[in-house]
Amino acid sequence: MEFGFTIAAYAVAAVLFILSLGGLSNQESAKRAVWYGIAGMAIAVVATMTGPGQGLWLASIVLIALGAGVGYQLATKVEMTQMPELVAVMHSLVGLAAVFVGFNADLTINMVQAAQAAGDTVTGSFAELVAKKTPVEIGILKIELVLGIWIGAVTFTGSVIAYGKLAGKVNSAAKKLPGGHILNAGAAALSLVLAIAYLADAGSWTLVVLTLLALFIGYHLIMGIGGADMPVVVSMLNSYSGWAAAAIGFSLGNDLLIVVGALVGSSGAILSYIMCKAMNRSFVSVILGGFGGTTGPAAEVEGEQVPIDAEGVASALEEADSVIIIPGYGMAVAQAQNSVSELTKRLRAQGKNVRFAIHPVAGRLPGHMNVLLAEAKVPYDIVLEMDEINDDFPDTDVVIVIGSNDIVNPAAQDDPNSPIAGMPVLECWKAKNVFVSKRGQGTGYSGIENPLFFKDNTRMFYGDAKKSLDELLSKLP
Amino acid sequence: MKIGTPKEVFEGEARVAMTPDSARQLQKLGYDCAIESGAGEKAGFTDDAYAEAGVEIIKTAAALWKVADIVAKVRPPSEAEVKRLTQGKLLISFFWPAQNKDLMEEAAKKGASVIAMDMVPRISRAQKMDALSSMANIAGYRAVIEAGNNFGRFFTGQITAAGKVPPAKVLVVGAGVAGLAAIGTSTSLGAITYAFDVRPEVAEQVESMGAEFVFLDFEEEAKDGAETGGYASVSSPEFTAAQLAKFRELAPDMDIVITTALIPNREAPELWTKDMVDAMKPGSVIVDLAAEKGGNCKLTKMDEKIVTDNGVTIIGYTDFPSRMATQSSTLFATNIRHLMTDLTPDKDGKVKHNMEDDVIRGATIAHEKEVTFPPPPPKTKAIAAQKPKEKVKEKTPEEKRAEEIAAFKQQTKNQVTLLAIGGALVLGAGLIAPASFMQHFIVFVLSVFIGFQVIWGVAHSLHTPLMAVTNAISSIIILGALIQIGSSSMLVTALAALGIFMAAINIFGGFLVTRRMLAMFQKS
Repeated sequence: MEFGFTIAAYAVAAVLFILSLGGLSNQESAKRAVWYGIAGMAIAVVATMTGPGQGLWLASIVLIALGAGVGYQLATKVEMTQMPELVAVMHSLVGLAAVFVGFNADLTINMVQAAQAAGDTVTGSFAELVAKKTPVEIGILKIELVLGIWIGAVTFTGSVIAYGKLAGKVNSAAKKLPGGHILNAGAAALSLVLAIAYLADAGSWTLVVLTLLALFIGYHLIMGIGGADMPVVVSMLNSYSGWAAAAIGFSLGNDLLIVVGALVGSSGAILSYIMCKAMNRSFVSVILGGFGGTTGPAAEVEGEQVPIDAEGVASALEEADSVIIIPGYGMAVAQAQNSVSELTKRLRAQGKNVRFAIHPVAGRLPGHMNVLLAEAKVPYDIVLEMDEINDDFPDTDVVIVIGSNDIVNPAAQDDPNSPIAGMPVLECWKAKNVFVSKRGQGTGYSGIENPLFFKDNTRMFYGDAKKSLDELLSKLP
Repeated sequence: MKIGTPKEVFEGEARVAMTPDSARQLQKLGYDCAIESGAGEKAGFTDDAYAEAGVEIIKTAAALWKVADIVAKVRPPSEAEVKRLTQGKLLISFFWPAQNKDLMEEAAKKGASVIAMDMVPRISRAQKMDALSSMANIAGYRAVIEAGNNFGRFFTGQITAAGKVPPAKVLVVGAGVAGLAAIGTSTSLGAITYAFDVRPEVAEQVESMGAEFVFLDFEEEAKDGAETGGYASVSSPEFTAAQLAKFRELAPDMDIVITTALIPNREAPELWTKDMVDAMKPGSVIVDLAAEKGGNCKLTKMDEKIVTDNGVTIIGYTDFPSRMATQSSTLFATNIRHLMTDLTPDKDGKVKHNMEDDVIRGATIAHEKEVTFPPPPPKTKAIAAQKPKEKVKEKTPEEKRAEEIAAFKQQTKNQVTLLAIGGALVLGAGLIAPASFMQHFIVFVLSVFIGFQVIWGVAHSLHTPLMAVTNAISSIIILGALIQIGSSSMLVTALAALGIFMAAINIFGGFLVTRRMLAMFQKS
């Protein structure tokens, strides 16, 4: 088929992809939107395979089928609590694929140049494309593929480490090699030198070394970021995988790759921005790891943490008319979402107004809590965002905090010296009663004391979230 | 160990220090409980109710004092009761050690430990055992009820077919625990309530209960209530004068006045003078909760109700908690139970008298043959020092408007700067780069732009599906691999094949998992 047809198919696919992202603006249209994405992908793949110069049809189909099998297994087996890990793994695959495609482009360029020097013709659609390019265009092509490979390699190791941290296979504490960010900066500078050398035709070895450096940067950068900052890291890697695809798209002269890469890249960038904003921290400070310096001693917390048993919580719930539940990563760890859902069902059956308040950085992935609650069949219209629900706390009888800490810390508002001062938080302490389900008296990710736990209207409901909730359920009518 | 509660011997005292409920809780701590027969009768707790809760009923007080290792009661012990203390016994009750020095020394000599409930320090950790506050709360409530009982009109205003009834005006002087309880009761009955206190920082609490705080036109460096453990201290003569002038102004309007002003270890200050009483309307009522310490009104007669010549009733009862014996016994018994919880950290029914603990040390007045009163100052301050409040100035509409304009200008400036820099960069690139590159570059810039517009509209709750779907579509990189796989170089073909395989995993995995997630979102 003609080249023009392929381009037309790409245009259709690009529109479908944009629609599929735009459709995610609400839950109902999203269900339709995902089909747009699937259709777009199918059109793009078919058009490319039937396009000019494509060889090895059979091999491609077999490979796609194999990949499909593995992908199907992954998608159907994964637990919703493991979504962050799955997303991280998939990022690493995109990154690695980008590295391979980039290397191929370099190999092809060498091959074409060798062939031209020998006066031969080349075969293969990409090689033919390369053969037509002027030296300046080849130069730009090389810049693009260096970028593609570099970003792809950072994404690959970064995602693998992020996966390890999320899955608990790598210690989630922030760790750096001696030298810290100097090492990263040095590696980045060296990469730049190598990239320039490569452009000056120093040979393919520079590309290999550059890739190794990028792999190191990805590893070391993400090792230095703690577990609770993973929402930012994962969305950042999401963004990188997009930019890598776009860079490769440039080097292959493929507009669809550029369009999709740019869409994905900006999507990830926006997600990172939202997450950072929700923690009131700059993107740079998150990526460089650790909390910013404080300006003075944090205010001392006075009072005591008063524990309560399931019976006490049950009687307070019985008297309450309105209840807000604030889930956090602790709920995911304890796999308590089904118990939470059951609790919600029971309370709603008694005519109580039960709602959920979700902080943007609750969990380890943007929107993580929403997915967990949806899996446990909590209707999405009672799951509200921070801005939607924050003003309702003073009229609320009971707030149940399950496994969250920093996102409900009043110090963010009251104590200008607190490391998290200024971070938007859920103002649950304004409710009449607050019950905090928590494993023990420890502090949250930021390592700071939470004055909420010492407030007069707060009671601590110690124990594993799932066990505590199940015990609570047995006390409710 | 055994906790025993005798019948109160003080004339007219109806309270009891143990209830069936508190006994159940004490048994959970590992203690045996005993009570003198009939001790709870006046508070509405029968012997049968105690027996049902597993409490041993003992016929006589003498026998009870003998078998009990710990004696819990309400009123300070009488001399006869102190004589019954022996080595190693623990007595828990109100004691007023400053007034009852002899009894305290006698008890110490006998080798008994004494914990005075009135000496529990006022720190937040000890609130649950602060019996003074529990009793003051009841007194404040009861004061309003007694006032209502002696007041000839409604509290709340009404417009009825038979005519209009104006609401009663109530003034509460002293917004401590009793004062706040009185304010709450009075406002909930519908009266217009005013309140005054020498500590201006309580104005917020007063207003939160629905009363109006009476401010003085008086400039004085406000004393920090935290320094005196949350209690009022003596005020300057000028301040007192300003205060009395204000009361004089209010007196003719007030129907009910409840005074609760007490200063620790001093006679009650005179706040409601005779001329104020004279200025009040006939039928008005004054309840003086400070009657025991001489009264905030000097006309008050302790434990009596009098009517003045101009028809103002002055109530000087001092036994308000005892008048609500069921409620006050429940609260007092709970206070004692909390104290026992702190004394029994191991829940093994054995008292661990930890003199290092601020609360226990503070309340203990006799221990191991020593008088341990007065206690050293507690390590923790009672109340956090008041932070000077920053005044947030209300902005005028002009200021707001100006701010908005400034913000808009700033925004415009930022946007223009960004556009200018971006435009310059693109133009610069255009000068160097060949046309074939710029064609792709336009596509790229537009796509980023569309991406930003579209993604801002995505619901926060769908961020995880968004990541999964972007993941799937970023595998569009498969196109690159598909184009390259037909190469004549084996290495290129092999790498491309791997690329296709991995991208395919991603495409199928990403879309399937997105679909799975989206299907889970259900509306109620």
